[in-house]
Amino acid sequence: MSFIPGQPVTAVVQRIEIRKLRQGEHLILGFSIGGGIDQDPGQNPFSEDKSDKGIYVTRVTPEGPAEVAGLMMGDKVMQVNGWDMTMVTHDQARKRLTKKNEDVVRLLVTRKSLEQAVKHSMM
Amino acid sequence: MDNESQYSGYSYKSSHSRSSRKHRDRRDRHRSKSRDGSSRGDKSVTIQAPGESLLDAESTRGDDRDDNWGETTTVVTGTSEHSVSNEDLTRVSKELEESSPLECKRFLGPVLGGCLGLFALVTPLAFLVLPQLLWREALEPCGTPCEGLYVSLAFKLLVLLISSWALFLRPPRVTLPRFFVFRCLLMVLVFLFVASYWLFYGVRVLEPRERDYRGIVEYAASLVDALLFIQYLALVLLEVRHLQPAFCLKVVRATDGASRFYNVGHLSIQRAAVWVLDQYYRDFPVYNPALLNLPKSILSKKMSGFKVYSLDENSTNNSTSQSRAMIAAAARRRDNSHNEYYYEEAEMDRRCRKRKARLVVAVEEAFTHIKRLHDDDPAGSSHKHPREVMDPREAAQAIFAPMARAMQKYLRTTRQQPYHSMESILTHLQFCITHNMTPKAFLERYVSPGPTMQYQRENGRGRQWTLVSEEPVTSALRQGLVFSLRRLDFSLVVTVQPLPFLRIGEEFIDPKSHKFVMRLQSETSV
Repeated sequence: MSFIPGQPVTAVVQRIEIRKLRQGEHLILGFSIGGGIDQDPGQNPFSEDKSDKGIYVTRVTPEGPAEVAGLMMGDKVMQVNGWDMTMVTHDQARKRLTKKNEDVVRLLVTRKSLEQAVKHSMM
Repeated sequence: MDNESQYSGYSYKSSHSRSSRKHRDRRDRHRSKSRDGSSRGDKSVTIQAPGESLLDAESTRGDDRDDNWGETTTVVTGTSEHSVSNEDLTRVSKELEESSPLECKRFLGPVLGGCLGLFALVTPLAFLVLPQLLWREALEPCGTPCEGLYVSLAFKLLVLLISSWALFLRPPRVTLPRFFVFRCLLMVLVFLFVASYWLFYGVRVLEPRERDYRGIVEYAASLVDALLFIQYLALVLLEVRHLQPAFCLKVVRATDGASRFYNVGHLSIQRAAVWVLDQYYRDFPVYNPALLNLPKSILSKKMSGFKVYSLDENSTNNSTSQSRAMIAAAARRRDNSHNEYYYEEAEMDRRCRKRKARLVVAVEEAFTHIKRLHDDDPAGSSHKHPREVMDPREAAQAIFAPMARAMQKYLRTTRQQPYHSMESILTHLQFCITHNMTPKAFLERYVSPGPTMQYQRENGRGRQWTLVSEEPVTSALRQGLVFSLRRLDFSLVVTVQPLPFLRIGEEFIDPKSHKFVMRLQSETSV
C-alpha cells in the first residue's frame, strides 16, 4: 500500500457495495473515515506508511450497512463510484460518499490481508 | 612491626599533611615489601596475593588511627627524644622534598628587572641634569619651549612609573624551568635601548660639551617616548596576546580520572602549565588517595588464583606453557567480581547516605542551641534569667560536642578524615557562627570534596611540580601536543587541541513570517 509519488499505484482491491440506510432524513452508510491530503498522516493508526494521505476506514458501526457489506476497520478506500479517493481532501471524500441522490455506493478498498491472500493463492 | 608502637602515641592534633604522609609512607613501604616478595624464586612461577597487606593497611588500620577525638582522648607518649626512627627519617626527607628551599633564584629575575627599570627611568633625568652640573655656564639659555618639554617629560615619566608599578611590580608566584622568553626579550630590548642612548649621549654630548640645551631636552624626551613604546610592547606581549582563546586544553588527573577542559590563547608550554595549575587548584576536587582502591573484599577474591610450582629445573620452556594454561584456566573460571563490586558500591553509598543523614540532623539540632544576642535583648531578659554571654569560639566549643561523633563517623566513611582535624572543624564552626550561617552552609565544606585550595595551609615554600614534556618547554602550544605535570604521587596529563574555525553565516527572518496552522486529524462518520 505504499506509493511513490508520480508512479502509478497498484494494489489488490476488494469491491464492496453498500446500500445506504435511511434514518430519518439522512442516508447513512455506517462507518467513519479519516485521512485526506489536508490531514496529518502521522496520526493514522491503520496505515503502514505514515506518509500515506489516503482515506481510511476508522470505525464501522456494528450491524450497519457497511459491516453487512463486508467493510472492515482499517481499510483504505481507493475509489468511490469511480471517483478516486487516494488524492482527495477529507471534505471531498465525505462529499463523495454522502451524495443525497445516490442509494448505493460501490467502493474499492484495499487491505493488507488481501495481498497476502493473493500471494498464498498464487503459490 | 617495630613501628607499631609509635602510632598510638600521636595525639589528635596531627595536621592533615602529616597524616597523609603517613598514609603514603605506609603504602610505599608495603608496596616495596610486596615487590621483594615476588622477585624471590625466579625458577618457579608463583602467583601470590600481594594486595592483601596493602589494603589492610589502608582500610582497617585507617579506622583506629589517631583521629579518635570524638570518642576517646589520647595521651601523648611518643618516642624518646634521642631516637630517630625510620618513620621520622622518611618524614623529614619528605618534608625536605615538599618544600623547595628558599631559593635565591626565585628573586633573581625580578631583582634584575627592577634594577634595569630603575636605571631606565633615571636615565632621562640624568641626561637633563648632567649638562647643568658640568658646564652650566656654556649652555645656551632655553626658555619657553624647554619648559614645555619639561612638563611633558614629567608627565610621561609619571605615567611610566605608575604603569610599571601596575604591571610589573608584583611578587613572583612562579619559578619556571626555562627562561620566560618574552620577558627576557623585553629586558634585552630595554637594555639595548638605554645603552645605545647612553652611548650616543656620551659620544655626542658629553665629549664635545654640546651647548644646545634644547636638543638635549628633546633627546631625553625621545628616550621617554621610546620607553613608553617598549612598555606598550611589554603589555601586549605579556598580558594581552594570550587572552584571545585559541586552544582547548584537556587536563586529566592520572590517578582518578578527574578531567576539565580549558580555553587558552597562544602561550608557551611552561606558561600554559602555570595557567593550568592555577585552574587546577581551584577546579579539581582534592586528590584523596584513600578513594582509589577497590574494596578489599573484591580484590582479595580476585587475587586468590592458582599457585603453580615447577619442580623441574631444566625445563624452562615448560613455564610458558604452564602460565598459559593458568591464564586459560583463570579465564574459564566464572568471574563474579563485577557483581561484588556493584553490591559493594551500593552498600557503600547507602552507608554514606545514612551517616550523612545522621550528621545533618545532629548539626541542625546543635545549631538550635545557640542564638545571636542582639543589643536590645539584655534589657528584657536580664532580670528573668541571666544568660551567659559567649564569644564565637566558646559558642562553637559548646555546640561541638553533640555533633562530634556524627561528624567523625561521616568523615571516616567518606575517607576525608585526614583533611579535617578537630581544630579545623572548630575553627570552621566558629567562622560559620560568626557570619550567621545555617547548618547547611556549615556542612557544605564536608559534604563534597572541595578544591585543593581549600586545604592549603599557608606555606611560604611553595608546591613543587615537574613539567614533563617531549618538546622544549619554551615552544608554543600547537595541535596534538601532550605534556604532563607531575607531583610526588599523582600527575596531570594535558592534551592540546586547537579550537575549531567557526564559519558564522547570517539568516534574516522576517518577524511577520511566523505563521502556524493546526494539524488536522478529523474523523467523519458517513
